[in-house]
Amino acid sequence: MRQLSLNLMMLKKLKPLFGILLASGVVLFASTGFAQSTADEIAKYRQMIADGNPSELYEDAGAELWKKPAGPKNASLEKCNLGLGPGVIKGAAAQLPRYFADTNKVQDLESRLITCMSTLQGISVQEIVDAPFQKGLKKDMDALVAYVVTASKDQKIKVSMRHPKEKEAYELGKRAFYYEGGPMDFSCATCHGSNGKRIRLQDLPNLTTQAGAEAGWGSWPAYRVSSGQFWTMGLRLNDCYRQQRFPFPIYGSDLLTAVSMFMAVNANGGTMQTPGLKR
Amino acid sequence: MKIKLLLSAAFLGALSFPALAQSSFDVKFQKMMSEGFKAEGIAGLDRIKQDETQKFCSDPKLINTKQGAAKAIEIQKLNMATIVQPTDGKYIGDWKNGEAIAQSGRGSTWTDKPDTVNGGGCYNCHEIDKKEISYGNLGPSLWNYGKNRGNSKEMLVYTWNRINNSKAYNACSNMPRFGHFKLLTQEQMQDLMALLLDPQSPVNQ
Repeated sequence: MRQLSLNLMMLKKLKPLFGILLASGVVLFASTGFAQSTADEIAKYRQMIADGNPSELYEDAGAELWKKPAGPKNASLEKCNLGLGPGVIKGAAAQLPRYFADTNKVQDLESRLITCMSTLQGISVQEIVDAPFQKGLKKDMDALVAYVVTASKDQKIKVSMRHPKEKEAYELGKRAFYYEGGPMDFSCATCHGSNGKRIRLQDLPNLTTQAGAEAGWGSWPAYRVSSGQFWTMGLRLNDCYRQQRFPFPIYGSDLLTAVSMFMAVNANGGTMQTPGLKR
Repeated sequence: MKIKLLLSAAFLGALSFPALAQSSFDVKFQKMMSEGFKAEGIAGLDRIKQDETQKFCSDPKLINTKQGAAKAIEIQKLNMATIVQPTDGKYIGDWKNGEAIAQSGRGSTWTDKPDTVNGGGCYNCHEIDKKEISYGNLGPSLWNYGKNRGNSKEMLVYTWNRINNSKAYNACSNMPRFGHFKLLTQEQMQDLMALLLDPQSPVNQ
């Protein structure tokens, strides 16, 4: 913990520096013509703070929430089954989304946690869905997600397509991925459907390939330095749809699970690097 | 409002197809989509009702077939027919304003207000003025656009059309239809035209 707070202090000092790093990377690039990319600078920065990803604070909070009796039923989440058996956390996120017989649905980590909070603790599903990001029950969710995904760090991504509903979720997610709409005609594929693309200087992983999906799916949820927040996959996809100029994707919906399924299956065989650390 | 009308017209068109043509997978997909979104701020549910072009371009398998190639030409014609030439006959505005519009990627999200002025977001995808090195590469470089192409009437009209409705030339172009969906005003598009075509514009130095 001491180590972590030290690193966090360093991070706070570094945050303004990060902007300068970015800017100077740009100047360097412009003035010397070196192939010094912003991506390199970010990679260096990541390395600098690798020992102290601020996600650890969320993870610690999540570990406590997991064990603490809460909700109308005053129960903990220790019996929550994320697919590998009640209470098994290690490696669980690397195999999600998956089909769950008790709900007869394919669920991703967040929709499954909603189920556990509702069935075990008696917390209202709607209340979790409606909570604003980073606040109230969603803040609890951030912590729980950080806790669970950290226990899958360095695990192989291994998402099943055996159950017919898993196959179906993948196909539905694929169709949603290519679904164009809104006043700008964007789909997920507009930005994430081919290799070597960027928006401004931001590299865009091609989520239709194994390598791209591993880079994208495998490094979220993540701590975002620019906003100083931990972002779950639910929030990450929410912001994608916002920038796609779509209406608001409903938290925990089958839509978000299906899109996640598409990315996760494409990433199969890769390695989870969660929680990630992003600009 | 226009967007809403156009989109809802397309939606009604889709509904008039015989129900039998829909597979159970289609039904499941529609259900997932309609239950997956809610309206928020200026981003209403009409935005996921596809027009003919969006529907076609959401099917990458179809696009690469013979039938798809024929349909693409039809889609391009459809889009070409919607383009309105500048009502004041002016194609070239002020490149300085154009640069600001090209820089701004704002507007039209659910966190924007109804009166938020849309940017063109051009640098998100294009290299334009070489001085701006933070540019994306989803679209081609536009550096020296006018210098390389000149500013004949044909080139003015072609460029105007491209900004208005890129799908008139490439059915599934990744570029938004700025004129068609009223994302940019006529004046903003004239200013972008200047950024690309005015000999004084830094783009053409």
